[in-house]
Amino acid sequence: MSQSATEAALTSRKDGQFIHFDKVSKRFGDNVVLDDLSFAVGAGERVTLIGPSGSGKTTILRMLMTLMEPDTGTVRVGDDYLFHEERGGKLVPASEAHVRKVRQRITMVFQSFNLFPNMRVLRNVTEAPVHVLGLSKEEAEERALGLLEMVGLDHKIDSYPSQLSGGQQQRVAIARALAMRPDVLLLDEVTSALDPELAAGVLDVLRDVAKTTDVTMLCVTHAMKFARDISHRVLMFCEGKIIEAAPPEQMFDSPDHERTRSFLQSVLNES
Amino acid sequence: MTWDWGYAWETLPQLLDGLGVTVLATLAGTAIALVLGLVFTVMRRSSARWISIPTEIFVEFIRSTPLLVQLFVLFFVLPEAGIQLSAFMTGVIGLGLHYATYTSEVYRSGIEGVPAGQWEAAKALNLPTRRVWTSVILPQAVPPSIPALGNYAIAMFKETPQLTVITVMELLSVARQLGAENYRYLEPVTIIGVLFLLLSLPTAWLVRRMERRLVPAPRPV
Repeated sequence: MSQSATEAALTSRKDGQFIHFDKVSKRFGDNVVLDDLSFAVGAGERVTLIGPSGSGKTTILRMLMTLMEPDTGTVRVGDDYLFHEERGGKLVPASEAHVRKVRQRITMVFQSFNLFPNMRVLRNVTEAPVHVLGLSKEEAEERALGLLEMVGLDHKIDSYPSQLSGGQQQRVAIARALAMRPDVLLLDEVTSALDPELAAGVLDVLRDVAKTTDVTMLCVTHAMKFARDISHRVLMFCEGKIIEAAPPEQMFDSPDHERTRSFLQSVLNES
Repeated sequence: MTWDWGYAWETLPQLLDGLGVTVLATLAGTAIALVLGLVFTVMRRSSARWISIPTEIFVEFIRSTPLLVQLFVLFFVLPEAGIQLSAFMTGVIGLGLHYATYTSEVYRSGIEGVPAGQWEAAKALNLPTRRVWTSVILPQAVPPSIPALGNYAIAMFKETPQLTVITVMELLSVARQLGAENYRYLEPVTIIGVLFLLLSLPTAWLVRRMERRLVPAPRPV
């Protein structure tokens, strides 16, 4: 893919752009994690972020989830800046209330599940809808039961997370995230901690989610078949920059960049 | 020196009254230490430095000075500032305040033991700060802290005799009074030793039971 084609792919679906990273940089000490990065994701678009460890993929997700802030640059979700507010025509650091308002549109599923171990499965899924969205307990439970049925765990509502397998925990985590009816779902290596059989179950659930919802998805994964199946677009990261962006068929079948080819080859060899 | 059962039996009702005061002071002091310790912990973790730094200094100051000195300050100096409290109330506040600085450390350690992923998940769900503490962090941080908190409650129980210096009629004060009145210390002092033992042991057992009950469910087989 030529340079201009990659640039076009970076901002595809121009009409419905929803998430904007604009000249975002992030460094930890001397280590530059994101280097003046700009890209956009359309509403309802499913984008997979690939690349070697330390290339900045997870940082993108953690930044969107407000788990870390950029050193420079801006991030927008819809019409709102994530870390800034417009006041008197100027961008100023956002108040906690503003961050909370924007963050409500986003949620994340983590590599290590992060279910609340002190709550049973049902309460894990209803806690935020009740206390964040203001749903009644009955409404939240109805929603939770539907989602737990979707992920095949409606018979485990009274279990504690420690009584579930890793794959089951991750499926509950997906149900918990979806219970918030987010506009943006962030998936951070959701199958990395699972053995292949359990990972397959989780990926099947996510395929269903991709098929049946119009949620915008940003996914960091090494499961390339899954990425090919669900993604509209794949972004290849290297040293804090996007070096290639293309639809999955093109990215996986005929990558343009030598670094992409070697990365995909190494992932293929690993699996 | 021989043991006089008749005298021992005679002193028992007064010693039990003293025991009641000791137990009450311990319970009230523990309640203050548990609540105030948590407040100190949350304040010390505040991102607002005007809250965290003075709290840190205050906690360090209280922890680094003897309980006895603090009791004297509360009992003899505060009235000069117009704050007049009963001896018992002063003792309870002194014990509670002193031990709150220790329970604060216990809570801090428990909170730091909660994995970072729990804070992150709570943030990803946008849970309100109060809810994060009450539903997610404290229920995970407190159960592992219970043995240490319980041990401090037992330590406080054993420190209540210090209240004697501010005229609280707790167990040791009663024993001393009985000894002075009758010129016999053996029986009352021995009895209070036994009473302390009889209460400390079941409390330690209770703490262990609570720990087992409050720790999250075990992994499946």
